Amino acid sequence: MAEKQINVKVKFFAAPREALDMDRTEVQLPEGSTVRNLIEHLEEEHPLLKNYTRFLNVAVNRAYVGMQTELEDGDEVACLPPVGGG
Amino acid sequence: MKLFEVTAEPVSVDEVMGRLVHPSVGGIATFVGVVRGESGGCPTDHLEYEAYPEMAERELRRIGDEIRERWPSIRDVAIVHRTGRLEIGETIVVIAVSSAHREETFEATHYAIDRLKEIVPIWKKEVYVDGQEWKSEASRPSSGTALTGNLTPDDQPAELDARGTEEIVS
Repeated sequence: MAEKQINVKVKFFAAPREALDMDRTEVQLPEGSTVRNLIEHLEEEHPLLKNYTRFLNVAVNRAYVGMQTELEDGDEVACLPPVGGG
Repeated sequence: MKLFEVTAEPVSVDEVMGRLVHPSVGGIATFVGVVRGESGGCPTDHLEYEAYPEMAERELRRIGDEIRERWPSIRDVAIVHRTGRLEIGETIVVIAVSSAHREETFEATHYAIDRLKEIVPIWKKEVYVDGQEWKSEASRPSSGTALTGNLTPDDQPAELDARGTEEIVS
């Protein structure tokens, strides 16, 4: 039986966005995947991201989450480098 | 009238203060962030601010909630942050805090700017004559924060996420 897949939208900002030359992408993952799984997948697809993942925070649907958070179909995930507003 | 806003338009202190004026208000404290001409000895040509606007406004509102919970005499908080290209001397952000009396407004305003620099998804790029660099609060040697403890990217506070699990964001 085929594993169920989910689709999530990913947004990039600031330095990682410039390095990847990409402000957004869509990723398909197995159901039950976590934020950590997504980051690992993104690192494989875009190795330059590895320069930033150590200091990355992640938001799902505009709220900060932990790396163990499970993703759901249609989630908007944002990769947030260290912030610098104000 | 929005109290928590990310905008590409120029920001005016008077205009933001105007959002808080009310017969019960006797004092409004403000903080204004302005583009400085140099950074670490390097002359700045201009700054560029980028935001995740929907989340940024949500986090600005959260700061307002935190302030009203911690300092009950505070009536309202307004925070307006600009994005895009900013020249030296231009206003980056205006924070305004209102109350019947002045006592708690100063501390609350200090808290607001420190907290903004911790959690709001907005990023600053410093552009020099011969280069550019994304700068974060973590890259400053000493921030003089009003908050106890200085957070580094490695130990961001544990956040309760929408799914109910709590974990240190790493």
